[in-house]
Amino acid sequence: MKHSTHLQNNPRRKAKPSQQGHAWLLHHLYVLFSSLGRIARTPLPSLMTAAVIGIALALPTGLYLLLENVQQISNDWESVAQMSLFIKPEINDDAKINAFAKKLEQHPDIHGIRIITPAQALEEYRQLSGFGDALKALEENPLPAVIVIQPASSEVEANQRLLKNLEQLPEVDIVQFDMLWLKRLFTIITIIRRGVLILAGLLSLAVLLVIGNTIRLAIYNRRDEIEIYKLVGATDTFIRRPFLYIGFWYGLFGGLIAWVLVNISLWLLKKPVKQLAILYESQFELVTLDALSSFILLFCGALLGLAGAWLAVGQHLKNIQPR
Amino acid sequence: MILFNKVSKRYPGGYKALIQVNFHLKRGEMTFLTGHSGAGKSTLLRLIALIERNSSGQIVVGGQNLSRLPNHHIPYLRRKIGMTFQEHRLLFDRTVFDNVALPLVIAGFRHQEIRRRVRAALDKVGLLNKEKSYPITLSGGQQQRVGIARAVVNKPPILLADEPTGNLDPGLAREIMNLFVQFNQVGVTVLIASHALGLIKSMGYRTLILQQGNLIGDTYPRR
Ligand SMILES: Nc1ncnc2c1ncn2[C@@H]1O[C@H](COP(=O)(O)OP(=O)(O)OP(=O)(O)O)[C@@H](O)[C@H]1O
Ligand SMILES: [Mg+2]
Repeated sequence: MKHSTHLQNNPRRKAKPSQQGHAWLLHHLYVLFSSLGRIARTPLPSLMTAAVIGIALALPTGLYLLLENVQQISNDWESVAQMSLFIKPEINDDAKINAFAKKLEQHPDIHGIRIITPAQALEEYRQLSGFGDALKALEENPLPAVIVIQPASSEVEANQRLLKNLEQLPEVDIVQFDMLWLKRLFTIITIIRRGVLILAGLLSLAVLLVIGNTIRLAIYNRRDEIEIYKLVGATDTFIRRPFLYIGFWYGLFGGLIAWVLVNISLWLLKKPVKQLAILYESQFELVTLDALSSFILLFCGALLGLAGAWLAVGQHLKNIQPR
Repeated sequence: MILFNKVSKRYPGGYKALIQVNFHLKRGEMTFLTGHSGAGKSTLLRLIALIERNSSGQIVVGGQNLSRLPNHHIPYLRRKIGMTFQEHRLLFDRTVFDNVALPLVIAGFRHQEIRRRVRAALDKVGLLNKEKSYPITLSGGQQQRVGIARAVVNKPPILLADEPTGNLDPGLAREIMNLFVQFNQVGVTVLIASHALGLIKSMGYRTLILQQGNLIGDTYPRR
């Protein structure tokens, strides 16, 4: 064995950088999987920790999905939302009505129109009401022409503006458009969405605390080991690493458990929702966790795990100094 | 290499473990540190590796003034100092090989290099056949030697040994001391704390003597 007599003997500087990079990567991989092994050595407590994290993550995820579904239903309703323009009775000439309808179609806020002429309206009414014969007695058609408008925008404000515009047109008698309940629904959804965000924030905090506490225990269980590492020259970064990875794994497993829980719930809901949709003759499909949302869920879990571990390690590693 | 200038150490309880200690160890020098139990030998070694900080005075190690060394530089100082401990301080859930490899793993050595160096160090202390054993299955003397292998494995320029022959029979104790002599012969600065006075005398090296925290002797052998 040859000994260097120089204090400035730094092995990092002597080795080729690429080799060091290789060793560094290998070391990271090694620590990543050995911390996984460490978690696996106490399967039951580890599972319980991960499950707590999983439930905490599943709650906001499930609520988010619920909102997405409500949103989709109300979007369906909204596309049905139409404005009915009742044309002034004076304008009963088909040519005039068509001309007016043409003009409306150019309007940028209007997606499409459908004309119901007085004759069509009467025919429809005759069929639906069963007063057919009585109506025959009428000399003149009392019904006005109606133009049904499909607004271009789905925004409540834009439609309110369009409504005002249309009401002011000289040809128009009245405009029928009941959006108030939809507006209320959207306001409620906005409130619930904010509530879900707050809940998600609180539960993230809970995840941080759970992981932080788990890591704190892990640190104190390995106190002697940490001291020895410090004695032989380990940097804080080096000592921190396995604990960060443990946090990462807990977060990732928590995310995975949340994913499973949410998918089980969706599966349980699928059948009754389908039945309900059939009853409403709706094409409604339950919004589920797509690939991106699943990724985001797992990513958030892992990130929270890392963050929780980071906080715990930063706080407790300083307290451990070799004797 | 190691310079103490009016160094005192007062522990938090107020106990003065070292009082105004002065000495200078030259590069490549081999020195013993002796004194009664509680004289402050371990304390002195711990100040060099910054396991404790001195309360007053100046310590210079390898040209670095330790009082001015910020905490985040301490790991790099410790990598230049091989140290063996009175209570061994081994990881009992790792094999002998992994224990000895620790300083190299920490410094980011490559796998093959680690194997090579750990083998060489274990061979040096005569424990090559025990590399896969766990420290708990070894005798006190063998554990001490694992600690020595760990201290020298990354070829530090300074070697500090705290009571390395504590539980060893005289024959083995001398063998261990000769091991340190060999490290010293390749240029390592060695400081060994021990109260095996007879053994120290027979080795014939410079000896620092502590008494209740005071350095009362700094003797060179007559040659
Ligand atoms: N962490 C500490 N806090 C308070 N006092 C301490 C601490 N460590 C050591 N001491 C005291 O400092 C004095 C010197 O201790 P030290 O361990 O340096 O002695 P030593 O010479 O190594 O003894 P031994 O030969 O028994 O190992 C002792 O009286 C001890 O009680
Ligand atoms: Mg001692």
